[in-house]
Amino acid sequence: MKGYNFAYLDEQTKRMIRRCVLKAVAIPGHQVPFGSREMPLPYGWGTGGIQVTASILGSDDVLKVIDQGADDTTNAVSIRRFFARTAGVRTTTATAEATVIQTRHRIPEKQLREDQIIVYQVPQPEPMFRLEPSRVETRRMHALADYGLMHVKLYEDIARFGQISISYDYPVMVNQRYLMSPSPIPAFDNPKMDRMPALQLFGAGREKRIYAIPPWTQVKSLDFDDHPFRAINAPHPCGLCGATDSYLDEVVTDDHGGRLFVCSDTDHCAERRAAGYVGTDGMKEAAE
Amino acid sequence: MTDATLLSGRGLTLHFGAIPALVDVDVDLWPGEMLAIVGESGSGKTTLLNVLSGRQRPDRGVVWYRDPDDRLHDVHAMPAPALRTLHRSDWGFVHQDPRQNLRMNVSAGGNVGERLMAQGARHYGDIRAAALDWLAQVEIDADRIDDLPRTFSGGMLQRLQIARTLVTHPRLVFMDEPTGGLDVSVQARLLDLIRSLVARLNIAAVLVTHDIAVARLLAHRIAVMQRGRIVETGLTDQVLDDPHHPYTQLLVSSVLNA
Amino acid sequence: MAYVAVKGGETAIDAAHAWLNEERRGDASVPELSVAQIEGQLGRAVDRTMAEGSLYDRELAALAVKQTAGDLIEAIFLLRAYRTTLPRFGYSLPLETASMQIARRISAVFKDLPGGQVLGPTHDYTHRLLDFSLLDPGAAASAPRAEPDRSAMPRVPDILGQEGLMEADGEAAGEPGDLTREPLRFPAERDVRLQALARGDEGFVLGLGYSTQRGYGGTHPFAGEIRMGEVAVEILPPELGFAIDIGDIVLTECQMVNQFKGSKTAPPQFTRGYGLVFGFNERKAMSMALVDRAMRATELGEDVTAPAQNVEFVLYHSDNIEATGFVEHLKLPHYVDFQSELQNVRRMRAEQQRVVERKEAAE
Repeated sequence: MKGYNFAYLDEQTKRMIRRCVLKAVAIPGHQVPFGSREMPLPYGWGTGGIQVTASILGSDDVLKVIDQGADDTTNAVSIRRFFARTAGVRTTTATAEATVIQTRHRIPEKQLREDQIIVYQVPQPEPMFRLEPSRVETRRMHALADYGLMHVKLYEDIARFGQISISYDYPVMVNQRYLMSPSPIPAFDNPKMDRMPALQLFGAGREKRIYAIPPWTQVKSLDFDDHPFRAINAPHPCGLCGATDSYLDEVVTDDHGGRLFVCSDTDHCAERRAAGYVGTDGMKEAAE
Repeated sequence: MTDATLLSGRGLTLHFGAIPALVDVDVDLWPGEMLAIVGESGSGKTTLLNVLSGRQRPDRGVVWYRDPDDRLHDVHAMPAPALRTLHRSDWGFVHQDPRQNLRMNVSAGGNVGERLMAQGARHYGDIRAAALDWLAQVEIDADRIDDLPRTFSGGMLQRLQIARTLVTHPRLVFMDEPTGGLDVSVQARLLDLIRSLVARLNIAAVLVTHDIAVARLLAHRIAVMQRGRIVETGLTDQVLDDPHHPYTQLLVSSVLNA
Repeated sequence: MAYVAVKGGETAIDAAHAWLNEERRGDASVPELSVAQIEGQLGRAVDRTMAEGSLYDRELAALAVKQTAGDLIEAIFLLRAYRTTLPRFGYSLPLETASMQIARRISAVFKDLPGGQVLGPTHDYTHRLLDFSLLDPGAAASAPRAEPDRSAMPRVPDILGQEGLMEADGEAAGEPGDLTREPLRFPAERDVRLQALARGDEGFVLGLGYSTQRGYGGTHPFAGEIRMGEVAVEILPPELGFAIDIGDIVLTECQMVNQFKGSKTAPPQFTRGYGLVFGFNERKAMSMALVDRAMRATELGEDVTAPAQNVEFVLYHSDNIEATGFVEHLKLPHYVDFQSELQNVRRMRAEQQRVVERKEAAE
């Protein structure tokens, strides 16, 4: 784009961010402060993820951007356009074709590979911020691996509700050392992070933190031996493609209780339907 | 008594500006022993407690701690993580105001269980059983386990703090006026409880109090502080029955007169 | 199927942008505002945009105000996002506000002082009555001008300082920090705190400053001096070896004088709260000075009890671009998370129901 550098950020800034990314990779799960720049998109809308993506993007990369699992949600469209415009890179909606995937709130259903990087947009990198608002104090807790407070929260959940009541942004322990926020992905996606072949990068623009999980790193969702971590999903197959193992969106179809459950990962669902899988609502659609 | 002190302070000195809070203080504590530090407010006893427990660094002097493996540690030279670990396992701290130690927005059971979880306990059933056991030991009804501390009375809060502190079976507990601010009848019950727990669990403790009666009831030995110095020390009964230093005599007589 | 229409934003986004642009222009039968008109006639909006946008450029700020239809936080955002892409050629020398070309200068602590009190273009003593004559365009009113006073106008804290009654300004410890390049770290020193306040949201800083006056971290302030006018900006090109003047900018400076009883190390004296902003904005400069002083509580041995004294709280929440982004991001889709919460609540209700039934069966 005229007047702007490749992928918007100037090269010095990109180098600074890449240095932070390297540090983050070297200390899995540790939040590295970085000189987050002011981006032309608002804070909270993916500025951290965009800066990380901008710094690692090369001209031959293929970029996929999803929000809520879908390629066609407005914010995903907006960010994909931003990079198409400022970097001129090829974009795709196919998970398998992408070399870099920027995401908000989901991990694609398809297993990622070693030659792919997934960049998460992170609104709040500090996993304990609801329990301890002072970042000075939480930094000390991370330094001392003092995570009793987080376990107390889980204990309280079980004591009060009979189960752990966290359903998204479910805290994880990375490489048995750092407590980490997985970003607000549903707990359903947490197991995908464990020993993932792809490099996982996390960017929080407003909070000015970058963190990372190197490929094949252990990522464990916090739990108790007698109350093990359980991923939650709607007890239905996808209405369009019949998948029973993907995360589902619930769509309200009318005002008297009608519901349609469909894959949140639009690429996954489309691929399955192209391969001939049909769900119950998909059949109705075909019949109409 | 053996030579193997659990905790030793040597030459502890600390000034706040021009005010001497501690002047060349030596302290020894043996395993299973309760040492009372008495004196008026401003005599330096709470400062001594903070220095001994590593919470405050002295200008001069050293504090040695012997761990369960018989290794000595210079408390103020320990790395912060090691000291923090010590404070949540082998040591305990009982504050005068239990609100300083308790999490007021966490249930009684969660408060007691936190130290266990910080030490790596990951079995909810076991943690809850330990919490129930400790609530019973400090005479709190089992059906209060899921209640928030803010619904507790002052005496209950203090007992809950004691349960939270002792759940990891520390060998050494620091207590800062644990019965201060409580009604006399509540105090008596709490003193009985502390005495029986400490004896049964063979806990060593440093107890700071301005109340000679509390020291007499709980402590094996006593150290009397005045203006940052220990002016007299010895077995509790000996010191209180036959005080040598004029300041100790004054303290004892003021209790008798009261 | 209706469901498909929920997604697929490409066309919707384009249409929304077109509509936004049409809205901005308003009724096409009314003449369009020029950037020069905004720059000249909506000066305070331009000033605020420059100050919180951290970029002194009246034309660009006016353009931003025009483009955002007067939504100043959006305008600030535009200016910031442009500023961040600009290369840095160098840094100016510290500005010398003592040699400001004064347009306004008042002190609340001395009735008269060298250089005198200069009211300048202030709203202070206007009656807030709508002037209906402005409904119709009219000839510009011209104001009488006094002969400019060329005598020196020393800054009030410097006058107090000669007597030793005012704390020294303190020597800067090395290069000042820059929040636009480096992330916030704690403890945050005064240079960084002042930068954050200067860029901070006017309303937020005003509210915090006000709270210190109502007992939440009181500082016993006096408006030692407020001055506004043009100050020369100088740079020192290394190849020249001497400073050159690259232009003048309008600044508002506020020096609060605060009571201080002294401590173990410092004798009783007055302490400073400092405010400095681009353009003419006294409200912001004064609020900034109040909050700056409040945040010095720890340094001066005062208890930290109030929000305005809590450096971490103030610095993390003063930036309106960060704040507006995160507040408004709530309108982005969250249906994945909400979905998991839905399932969670259903599961917990089922569990509760089971417990109740089991209990009833047992009774």
